[in-house]
Amino acid sequence: MEKPLVAIEDLHVTFRTQTREVSAVRGVSLVMGKEKIGIVGESGSGKSVTGRALLGLTPPNGTVAAKRLEFDGQDLRGLDAEGWRHLRGRRMAMVMQDPKFSLNPVMTVGRQIAEAYRTHVNAGRAEARDKALAALEAVQIRDPARVFDLYPHEVSGGMGQRAMIAMMLVAEPDLLIADEPTSALDVTVQMQVLAILDDLVARRGMGLIFVSHDLDLVAAFCDRVLVMYGGRVVETLKASELSKATHPYTRGLLDCVPRLDRPQEKLNVLDRDPAWLAGA
Amino acid sequence: MNAAWTQWLLDEAPTSRAQARAGAFYRSWIAFRRNPLAMVGLSIVAALVLVAIFAPLIAPYGPTVQDLANRLQPPSGRHWLGTDELGRDIFSRIVFGSRITLMIVMLVIVTVAPIGLAVGTLAGYFGGWVDAVLMRVTDVFLAFPRLILALAFVAALKPGIENAVLAIALTTWPPYARLARAETLVVRKADYIAAVQAQGASGMRIVLRHVVPMCVSSTIVRMTLDMAGIILTAAGLGFLGLGAQPPSPEWGAMISAGRRFVLDQWWVAAMPGIAIFVVSLGFNLLGDGLRDVLDPKRE
Amino acid sequence: MILSARNLTVTFGEMRAVDAAAFTVARGESFGLVGESGSGKSTVLRALAGLLDNWTGELAFDGRALGRTRDRAFYSRVQMVFQDPYGSLHPRQTVDDALAEPLAIHKMDRREARIEKALEEVGLGRGFRFRYPHQLSGGQRQRVAIARALIVEPEMLLLDEPTSALDVSIQAEVLNLLDALRRRRDLTFVMVSHNLAVVAHMCARLAVMSRGKIVEEMDTESLRAGAARDPYTQRLMAASRGYDRALAESFRALD
Repeated sequence: MEKPLVAIEDLHVTFRTQTREVSAVRGVSLVMGKEKIGIVGESGSGKSVTGRALLGLTPPNGTVAAKRLEFDGQDLRGLDAEGWRHLRGRRMAMVMQDPKFSLNPVMTVGRQIAEAYRTHVNAGRAEARDKALAALEAVQIRDPARVFDLYPHEVSGGMGQRAMIAMMLVAEPDLLIADEPTSALDVTVQMQVLAILDDLVARRGMGLIFVSHDLDLVAAFCDRVLVMYGGRVVETLKASELSKATHPYTRGLLDCVPRLDRPQEKLNVLDRDPAWLAGA
Repeated sequence: MNAAWTQWLLDEAPTSRAQARAGAFYRSWIAFRRNPLAMVGLSIVAALVLVAIFAPLIAPYGPTVQDLANRLQPPSGRHWLGTDELGRDIFSRIVFGSRITLMIVMLVIVTVAPIGLAVGTLAGYFGGWVDAVLMRVTDVFLAFPRLILALAFVAALKPGIENAVLAIALTTWPPYARLARAETLVVRKADYIAAVQAQGASGMRIVLRHVVPMCVSSTIVRMTLDMAGIILTAAGLGFLGLGAQPPSPEWGAMISAGRRFVLDQWWVAAMPGIAIFVVSLGFNLLGDGLRDVLDPKRE
Repeated sequence: MILSARNLTVTFGEMRAVDAAAFTVARGESFGLVGESGSGKSTVLRALAGLLDNWTGELAFDGRALGRTRDRAFYSRVQMVFQDPYGSLHPRQTVDDALAEPLAIHKMDRREARIEKALEEVGLGRGFRFRYPHQLSGGQRQRVAIARALIVEPEMLLLDEPTSALDVSIQAEVLNLLDALRRRRDLTFVMVSHNLAVVAHMCARLAVMSRGKIVEEMDTESLRAGAARDPYTQRLMAASRGYDRALAESFRALD
């Protein structure tokens, strides 16, 4: 078997607060190649923390421990700031939920993309500008030259998120971690952003870790889905076989969503079994 | 503190109003306690308060007891910080002077905080002409030079620490009003304010019960940080002879009196100077620590 | 008919956030307003709640025209639940404070008993009464917000995306709670949401808004049966079925 892109074994992330210790991730393992992996769970399930640990973005009050934490064969445990800088942005990138908070408000969208390119590739201004324009075009922005000169507050949420994706992809990373990249967007815009992400991942042959609370969405979009609950992976499924999910938590999540094609008198609610926390 | 109390305070499901308040306070205290410099500041301020309360017990001599035979004595076992030009014990004078400093601090707090908060929150919440009128008034007060106003006060009334404090307070509140107004402008857009509006609460009720509590902590922080400057100004007025009058052991006035001997009997001016420095530093450190714990922007 | 809006227009500066919206809500009915961000749906709700004064047109509640400012009697009959349970509770007030406030505003009696009953009704035990918002989960906060709205015993609830900030499993619990309370107390609901399926579940009738205008109004049965005529409604329907590569392509063509 070829070298995996990401190999995680028994990942633990613990946060220390004023009064106690909280285990956010408790023993997550994942081996992936250049594929689309979905991590699904509710708030507090540890899904985002897992994605961030892989990027070395765990907040200072958290500690990461793992038997194995590798990216493209490189051990990420104990990597120093310089090492992370080398990887982040260039080899792996992250798209976050709300473009409003991840774009610099006082720099035009285009310049931010060009700067992102130049920090990773030794290139001149003109070349970076061309790259940025091409990147904006690649995320289906119709008039890249106009959007290039806009400030983040002048673009819509959907366009901001596309610009964000353009910025992350301009350095052509091997792995993209998308943390709820479309949750702040309207459904119709969400579709388009997902389609763009879908195309780019397929065309460039990179790995994608898609973190989301939306099980249906992830299943329609990814190859494999990890369902997380209480810091553990309770079930791993082929996305196409979501309907065959066996874990009561996964089934519960699927059942409690109201659906247009399934009128219900009362919505099903999730009966949380304490045994799930123990990994049952 | 014993474990049962700690557990009671940190209970995630308090069973009474008092327990909830005490618990919230205790959590802030835990956060505050972890900042050693802030604890130093708190100790200094606490010491100031204790010294002021127990001044007669702490001071070996009376603040105005003269002993002309022992003028300008250097620090010694009998007079820890030496004596001044009238043979008064400097240590005792500084101890009693802490009462004056504390009084200045209290008078400024009770005048500045309510005025600043009231003007700022009303202007910020109601906007329109209320805002325009209140803020122009604020601008007028902001334009008064502090020392000139103090001079005018002293000329119109009589020299004394109360009039100096009044002058300080009148020129200190405008920045508080602006601070409170800026915070109110943010707070009034919050959903929790819309929620009380949608419950049918009157404007005054919303300001008093929902807006003011959000502005109080930044006022406290700013007040603490400003306190050093206020003490220095009061001392400056004393130094100029506009504040406390002799024989009152006000620290600024003591420096003023000691400056004639500053080359040969340095302790006369230096000791009250050190007292001012330490207390100012204490308030600044405390303010920094409080800001880390209380500042709502941090949350 | 308990509520009616005619020619309701709300402008912010140059922008018409709501453009001549008209609808009626019958007593005891549950009426939904669906649309995407910027469609003006929440603005309509805020105008109804008296939180805005920059509107024109006619609003009437229980046969009486509503003015820019509302009296206390109005708020004893109409209450609102906000979208973000993290923002709609005062960060420095306990649950107890939050529930006591409307009782004090409306000068109601038996406060202790009412607070305990309100908490019980939304499925929160006594253990929650003296907690601060930061000690509660999102779902628990929203339950407090619902209890706060219901404690003055209103006839109508205005619900602004009451579950969009919550996890789906919590959403199901909160929606079930709202539904049960509505039946038990004969409440009238006006509910705003971007989620077509949520509105379809909760409401018997709904209006779809886009760019400030109501583009279509229909009952939920017809919506489920696929009777939506307006292309925008059809698009929302299609999108709420889940991600589909071809569908995304068709949206692009529409842009």
